[in-house]
Amino acid sequence: MKKNSKKSHAEGHSKGLSRRGFLRGAGLTTAGTVVFTTGVQAFEAHTQPAKGTSFGPGSIGIEMKVNGRMQSLTVEPRTTLATALRDHLSLTGTKVVCDRGSCSACTVFIDGKPVNACITMALDVGDREVITIEGIARNGELHPVQEAFIEHDASQCGYCTPGMVMSCVHLLENEENPSLEDVKAATRGNLCRCGTYPHVFKATLSAAEKMK
Amino acid sequence: MIPSQVNFHKPNSLSEALDLLSGNQDAKLLAGGHSLIPLMKLRLNEPDSVISIGNLAELRGISDSDGSFKIGAGTTHSEIAMHQGLRQVLPVITQAAASIGDIQVRNFGTIGGSIAHADPAADWPGALLASGATLDLASQSGQRKVAASDFFQGFFSTALNGDEIITAIIIPKPPAGTRSGYLKFAQPASRFAIVGCAALVSGDPIAEIAVAFNGVSDTPFRDAGVEGALKGKTLSEEVIAKAASMAADGRDILSDHHASSAYRHHLARIYAKRTLNSLM
Ligand SMILES: Cc1cc2nc3c(=O)[nH]c(=O)nc-3n(C[C@H](O)[C@H](O)[C@H](O)COP(=O)(O)OP(=O)(O)OC[C@H]3O[C@@H](n4cnc5c(N)ncnc54)[C@H](O)[C@@H]3O)c2cc1C
Ligand code: FES
Ligand code: FES
Repeated sequence: MKKNSKKSHAEGHSKGLSRRGFLRGAGLTTAGTVVFTTGVQAFEAHTQPAKGTSFGPGSIGIEMKVNGRMQSLTVEPRTTLATALRDHLSLTGTKVVCDRGSCSACTVFIDGKPVNACITMALDVGDREVITIEGIARNGELHPVQEAFIEHDASQCGYCTPGMVMSCVHLLENEENPSLEDVKAATRGNLCRCGTYPHVFKATLSAAEKMK
Repeated sequence: MIPSQVNFHKPNSLSEALDLLSGNQDAKLLAGGHSLIPLMKLRLNEPDSVISIGNLAELRGISDSDGSFKIGAGTTHSEIAMHQGLRQVLPVITQAAASIGDIQVRNFGTIGGSIAHADPAADWPGALLASGATLDLASQSGQRKVAASDFFQGFFSTALNGDEIITAIIIPKPPAGTRSGYLKFAQPASRFAIVGCAALVSGDPIAEIAVAFNGVSDTPFRDAGVEGALKGKTLSEEVIAKAASMAADGRDILSDHHASSAYRHHLARIYAKRTLNSLM
């Protein structure tokens, strides 16, 4: 298991006690069904807090539903969903390229909707379910979109590919008969430096045919 | 890029959020985070804590009453773009929402976050000015309403006080038969507006007209020159061309690496024409 980010996170400077520190005691409780815990007191408290919950700046334990499984992880409040997935859960299929919401390489689904994991805080996911590129293949079989990407050579360096696949899977889950324009709109945010767009479009349209 | 360490508050209600905000001047509200988190990563903004309000039920959803639509400040751009009632009555609103960024951004970014941020290139201001929207603001000491036309005050600056949260955007329903739309010249990568034009028209001859721009100046504005040239007239290509030729006249027009002020002025005329033509 790679744990790179833990190191870099630990290097962050401490700000000492915040003026909000007094609220932190309330942190051993739940917000929605996501369980916030601190350190060793893992995943015990399930009662609704009377007051809002406050955490940080140090690490806290959370649970997050990812690809159908409840996962326990310890993150700092500043940890993005992309970092949580890649560095804490070793789900490195989700790529980070621009790291600021511009390229959609880090696209994952939250409750079925594509979002940029690099500018979403892990703590904000709450009780919603995350699906990553690792959760797209089912029972060892690639999704038709993934098959079509291979068949149509829709990947070059491959860095944008997981995000592209996520955007195209989302389109086909919601649109049985997509037009070329629909595919272009669905991938509008996905930037591909290698210029694979025409192959991505062809692959997605052919996957749509096969999925009928 | 990793933001500085930060405390994270997850209030359960608006009133808790207001308590947290008024008690901590170094706290930032976190809605979709799609403007704030990039700034935190670049360390252009280093709040002591963030108060996460994106999931507060009180701030979410669109309600449709007799005279107006009420859009919760935490409603995402996607939810607004797909709202059937708005699409029928105020397409200017759904078109502005649908034109923002890409699907990923629209699924997480919120209308409240966008207007609080007040990026001159944002899409909401033109549509909200043209449709005569009012903003509901709340603080610990009470609530107040501010017209969109008084809210935007310049480059990333608004009438919002540090202890206030935008709770809702109220958009009056226009007279039956009103046509409206929003078109923009987008920055090709981010889709932010280099120039965006929103318009509402009703009556023949035109009784009510609103034409507003974002992206052109540091502050969004309604264009009285263009509106004056249209009022009382019947819409035709000639009438529109003449009115649109006055677009943004006398304004302080932005100039940056995306577009010079002369080019933006040209685009304002073109997009006034296109938006109005789409309403014929
Ligand atoms: C790649 C990319 C492309 C984009 N393209 C466009 C585009 O084409 N057009 C466009 O208009 N925008 C665009 N955006 C911006 C996007 O619309 C953001 O979602 C929006 O500007 C901020 O909304 P948010 O909910 O993410 O706010 P946040 O980032 O959470 O907050 C922004 C600011 O508003 C404050 N705030 C948030 N909610 C409230 C509230 N209810 N009351 C008071 N203050 C509040 C926060 O404290 C913060 O200062 C783009 C963003 C990205 C990353
Ligand atoms: S890495 Fe998240 S959008 Fe580019
Ligand atoms: S395949 Fe290289 S960036 Fe798209």
